[in-house]
Amino acid sequence: MDYSTPQNVFRQRKLYPNMRLRNTSIDGSDGSQLFDDTSGATPASQMGYKNQQAGPESAAYPGQSLLSDPMSNLAMAYGSSLASQGKEMMDKNLDRFIPISKLKYYFAVDTVYVGKKLGLLVFPYMHQNWEVNYQQDTPVAPRFDVNAPDLYIPTMGFITYILVAGLALGTQNRFSPELLGVQASSAFVWLIMEVLAVLLSLYLVTVNTDLTTIDLLAFSGYKYVGMIVGVVSGLLFGKPAYYLSLLWCCAAIFIFMIRTLRLKLLSESAAEGRLVRGARNQLRMYLTMSIAAAQPIFMYWLTCHLIR
Amino acid sequence: MLMAFTLYSLIQTAILCTNAIAVLHEERFLSKIGCGVDQAVGGFGDDPGVKAQILNLIRSVRTVMRVPLIIVNSVSIVLLLLFG
Repeated sequence: MDYSTPQNVFRQRKLYPNMRLRNTSIDGSDGSQLFDDTSGATPASQMGYKNQQAGPESAAYPGQSLLSDPMSNLAMAYGSSLASQGKEMMDKNLDRFIPISKLKYYFAVDTVYVGKKLGLLVFPYMHQNWEVNYQQDTPVAPRFDVNAPDLYIPTMGFITYILVAGLALGTQNRFSPELLGVQASSAFVWLIMEVLAVLLSLYLVTVNTDLTTIDLLAFSGYKYVGMIVGVVSGLLFGKPAYYLSLLWCCAAIFIFMIRTLRLKLLSESAAEGRLVRGARNQLRMYLTMSIAAAQPIFMYWLTCHLIR
Repeated sequence: MLMAFTLYSLIQTAILCTNAIAVLHEERFLSKIGCGVDQAVGGFGDDPGVKAQILNLIRSVRTVMRVPLIIVNSVSIVLLLLFG
């Protein structure tokens, strides 16, 4: 809001001294609540017949000359109700395409969970109990259960991977800002294709599982942690370190995926380790194995070009 | 070594694959390899098997995506003509 008043405005404004006093009292309360600059534009067109008297200065001070007018009050109330209606409608429609309430579950994490999960992703060999705790049919939030999948680590891992890729390319003088976008979209497309392939294979093998699409997205996103570890150690210590750490992280992700998916995909008895015959169980075992084996392949594929 | 995938290429792949599935001819091809309409798998057991699932998938894709594919293909033809 423009509070400075040049002299010529006073000369033209002295026809409306009352309006000016009233405006300064209302400005303080209304100006901070409503949109500052845009509300002056729309009521100004409706106030056209009044502006002819006030002269050209009303275009420069639309807020001050219009706030006291009942017509502009009505217009602003209508505008704000429209805005809240629009926001409601958008929320409702958005919820149909992207389940926002379900997404909130995957981001309910805290520092302890993230720390433990990162440790699990790099060293899953000591963990004994891989079951997800349930609480009356709904899985417990990740904050309370280390085994629950979350989307925080995959999202952060993805972003960090892009940044580390930019860093790696920069140290080799191959960097340009477009390459960041190329890396990001490439990795994203590979992720989407992997999730689609897993969904397709789950459909074909008719596994009755409670794995949702977002769960699969979360599991596929866990490999970014290993990739980042590999690339960073490769940057710090050279190529042998890159291969060693990548090998370690690949093995860790492999074991992690197998142990996590085993409980979700295989039948009860097979998950406990007993040997179960039957073509279908065999198919499920192959499916688990191939999903787990695809992770190291992607990890190598997406990082080998970064280390020369 | 890195294929520069973009989201646009993903969309292209999806359109091409759905076109490929929709173009399969009933009589000349699908019946020959046992996917025809009259050979519908009616097994309601709890183990439909991989082949039955594939047949179901192909049939449902063809039924659902016929009309949207016409629209999407026309739009992409026009766009490619205009923008190369």
